[in-house]
Amino acid sequence: MALLTLVRDLLQTPAVATALWIGSIVAVVSGCAGVFTVVRGQSFAGHALGDVGSTGAAAAYLTAVQPLYGFLGIGLLGGLAIDRLGNRARERDVATGIVLSLTMGLSALLLFLITEQTSATGGPLSILFGSIFTVAPAVTLPVELFSLLALGLLAVLYRPLVFASLSPETARARGVRVGLVGTLFMVALVIAVEESSLVAGALLSTALLIGPAAAAVNWTRQIGHTLALSAFLGVAAVVLGIVLSYESYFWPPLHRGWPVSFFIVMLVLVEYIASRLWRRRREATA
Amino acid sequence: MMHVLGLLFPPGLLTAPFMQNAWISGSAVAILSALVGFFAVLRGATFVAHAVPRASFAGAAGAALVGGDTLLGLGIFSAISALGIAFLTSRRDRGQITALVLAAALGLGALFLALGDAYAPQVYALLFGQIVGISRADVLGILGLTGLTAAAVAVLYRPLLFVSVAPDVAEARGVSRHRFNVLFLLLVALSATAAVPVVGALLSFSLMVGPAAAASYFGRSPASALWLSVAIGLVSVWLALVLAYDTGMPVGFFVAVVTAAFYGLGRLWALTADPLADAA
Amino acid sequence: MKGLELPRADQTILDLEGVRVELGGKVVLRDIDVALRRGELVGVIGPNGAGKSTLLKVILGFIRPSAGAVRFAQGQRAGRGAIGYVPQSFSPDPDLPLRARDLVALGIDGDRWGFSLGGARRRAAVDEALAWVDALSYAEQPVGRLSGGELQRLLVAQALIAEPDTLLLDEPLANLDLRSQDEIVGLVGRVAHERGVTVMLVTHDMNPILGVMDRLLYLAGGRAALGTPDEVVRAEVLGALYGHHVDVLRVHGRILVVGAAEVESLTCEA
Ligand SMILES: Nc1ncnc2c1ncn2[C@@H]1O[C@H](COP(=O)(O)OP(=O)(O)OP(=O)(O)O)[C@@H](O)[C@H]1O
Ligand SMILES: [Mg+2]
Repeated sequence: MALLTLVRDLLQTPAVATALWIGSIVAVVSGCAGVFTVVRGQSFAGHALGDVGSTGAAAAYLTAVQPLYGFLGIGLLGGLAIDRLGNRARERDVATGIVLSLTMGLSALLLFLITEQTSATGGPLSILFGSIFTVAPAVTLPVELFSLLALGLLAVLYRPLVFASLSPETARARGVRVGLVGTLFMVALVIAVEESSLVAGALLSTALLIGPAAAAVNWTRQIGHTLALSAFLGVAAVVLGIVLSYESYFWPPLHRGWPVSFFIVMLVLVEYIASRLWRRRREATA
Repeated sequence: MMHVLGLLFPPGLLTAPFMQNAWISGSAVAILSALVGFFAVLRGATFVAHAVPRASFAGAAGAALVGGDTLLGLGIFSAISALGIAFLTSRRDRGQITALVLAAALGLGALFLALGDAYAPQVYALLFGQIVGISRADVLGILGLTGLTAAAVAVLYRPLLFVSVAPDVAEARGVSRHRFNVLFLLLVALSATAAVPVVGALLSFSLMVGPAAAASYFGRSPASALWLSVAIGLVSVWLALVLAYDTGMPVGFFVAVVTAAFYGLGRLWALTADPLADAA
Repeated sequence: MKGLELPRADQTILDLEGVRVELGGKVVLRDIDVALRRGELVGVIGPNGAGKSTLLKVILGFIRPSAGAVRFAQGQRAGRGAIGYVPQSFSPDPDLPLRARDLVALGIDGDRWGFSLGGARRRAAVDEALAWVDALSYAEQPVGRLSGGELQRLLVAQALIAEPDTLLLDEPLANLDLRSQDEIVGLVGRVAHERGVTVMLVTHDMNPILGVMDRLLYLAGGRAALGTPDEVVRAEVLGALYGHHVDVLRVHGRILVVGAAEVESLTCEA
C-alpha cells in the first residue's frame, strides 16, 4: 500500500512519470529481444551495440542531429557489419570485437573534435552516463514508434526466428532463410539496444537486455512464457529501480540520491541470481 | 623525397621526451596485448577481453571514492570480475555471465561516481587515455608488468593452447579446462591492469583483438600466428603514433583503424586462399 | 624395451567395481563390474544413449561415479600420457591457425608448461605418428578444413604418440570409409597385442573389429555384460540387459540384434 501511494505521488512529477513510462517501454522491448539474444548466444553483440551507439550519439552531437538518430544510424551500421562478418561462433565473436574497437576509435576521434570545436566535455560524456530522469519530451514519441516497430518485427519473425535460433541446420533444411531471419533480428536488436542506450545509458542497455532474459530462460521452459516473464522482469526492475532511486534522496548520510542505473542493475542481478538458485534446486530434486 | 620524409617524420617525433615515453610504452602494450589477445581470439573470448578492462573502471571510481590508489582499484576489480566470470559461467553459457558481471561492475562504478566527488571525466579518461601523457615512472611500471605477462604467457603457452583447441583430449591429459579458463582470465586481468592506466581501455582492446585476429588468418601454425600478432601489433602502434603526431588527432583512433585494416586484409587473404570457405 | 617389462598377459590393469552413475537425476550406469586385462582389446557396444561415452568418461575421471570405484592396478604408469583418449566428437573452427602436425604434436607434451623447442627428433616423431594413420599427405593442412575421417585419424595419432598404457577410443570408426576402418583397426590391434596397451573401442558395428577384439562389453539399459562375442551376444544375455525379449541373428557371418516392438528403437547392428 505504501508503495502504491508512493508511485501515485511519483506519477505526479512529470519527469518521473515520463521516466516510468519510457523505462517500461524500453524494458519490454529489451526483454523480448533479449530472450533471442541469449538463446542465440549474441550477448557480446548486444552489449557492443550499446557502445557502438554512443559513437553515433557523439556524431549526432557534432552535427546537431537528434541523438536518437545518431544512435540508430551507427547502431544499424555496426549491427549489420557484425551480422555480415560472422557466420560461426568464433568468427562472430572476433568480428564483434573488431567492430567495437573500430567504433570506439571513431568515438575517440569525435570526442576530440567536439572538445576542439566547442571546448565542452560535459555533453558527450552525459551520453555515456545517460540518465532516465532527463529524457527529453521530444524523444518520447519516436521511442514509442520504434518500440512498436521492433516488437512488430519480433512478432512477424517469431516462428522462423525460434526455429532458426534453436536448430539452425534443421531450419535451413526446411527452407527457412536463416541468414535473412538473423539479419532482420539484428535490426530489432539494434532498435532495442539503441533506444535503451539513449534513454537509460549504455550501461543499463546491457543489463536490461541480458539480465531479465537470462533469468526468464532459467525459470520457464516454453519460449512464449519466457518472453512474457522476461518483459515483466525488466519492467519490474525499472519501476522498482526508479522508485528506490527517488527514495534514496532521503537516505542518510549523504542525502544526494543514488543513481537509478545502479538500482536497476542490482535488481536485475537479484532476479538472475534467484533464477539460478531456483534452477539448481529444481535440477537437484528432479 | 626528403620533403616527404620530413613531413612524415617531423622534428621531435623520435626525440621529444614525451614521445620517447609514448614509443616505449606503446610498444610494450602492443606486445602484451598481442600475447594475451592471441589466446582471446583463439578461444573466441574477445568479449571478456573487452569486459574485464571495462569492469575495472569501477575499481578506479571506487579508489577515487575512498581516496585509495587507482592502480590498486583497477587491479582488484579486474581480478574480481575475471574470477566472477570464470566461476559463474556454465559450459553452455555464451557470454551472458560476462555481460552481467560487466553490468554489475559498471552499476557499482556509477554508484561510486555519484557518491564520491570524483570528477567523472577523470575516470572516463581511462577509457580514451592519452598515451602521450606518460611519465618515466609509468614507463618503468608498464615495462615491468609487460615482462610479467610475457613470462606468464611463456609458462602457460602449451597447455593453454592444448585446452583451447582440443579441450576434451587435453582434459584427459590432466589439463583442466576450468583451471585454465581461470588462468586465462587472470592473464586478461593482469594485462588490463597494466595497460588501462597508461594507454586507456580503448587502445588496449584494439591491440588485443585486431592484431591477433589478423594473424590467425595469416599464420598457419600457432607459433607463427603468435609472433605475427606481436609484429602486427607493433607496426600498428608505430604507424598510429606517427600519424597522430603528424595530425594531432588521438592515437586510439589510428590504432583502431590500422588494426581493423589488418583484420580486413586477413579476411581477404583467407578468401583468396580458399575461395570456397565463405561460400557455404 | 617395452616387451621386457610386459607382465603376465592376464594381469588386471583396470577395475570397475559396482560403478553407478547418475546424470541430471537419471541413472545412466548401474552395477558396472568390469575388470580389464593388460594388452587386451575390448569392443564396447550398445544402443544410443546406453552410456558408452559416459563409461569412458568415468574411467578418465571426468565424471565421478555416485557409487562404486574405479581402480588402476599398481605398477600402472600414473599421470601424464597414461591414458590416451579419442573423444566422440571434435570439430575445430575452420579458421584455427593449427596444422594437422601441430595437433598431433600436442599429444607429445601438450600438457607440459612452457614452450616446446621444436627440433628434428620431435618432427620425426610426429611424422612417424602421422604415418601410422596414413595422414602424412595432409600434415600441413589446417585442421579446421579437414574431413571428419581425416580428423579422426589425427586424433588416433595424437593419442598414440604419447605411448599410453590405456587407450580409450569413442567411436573412432564412425567417420571412416571401409579401407580406413581396416587400417585403424589393424593399427589399434597391433598396439594392443604387440605393445601391451589396453584398448577400449566404442563402436556401433562390431563386425569390423571381430578379428582383433578379445572381449566385448555390451551396454544396454545402464547395465553391462562382458565376455567373448559368443558369450555375450546371446538372446538370454542381451534380453536381460534390455529387460525385453531380443533375438540374435547370424547372417553370413554378421551378427544382428533385433528387438521386440518397444526395443525397436534400440535395435542395433552388432
Ligand atoms: N551431462 C549430462 N546430464 C544429463 N544426462 C546426460 C549427461 N550426459 C549424458 N547424459 C545422458 O546419459 C545417457 C548416456 O549418454 P552417453 O553419451 O554415454 O551415451 P552413448 O552410449 O555414448 O550414446 P551414443 O551412441 O549416442 O554416443 C544419455 O541418455 C544421455 O542423455
Ligand atoms: Mg557416445
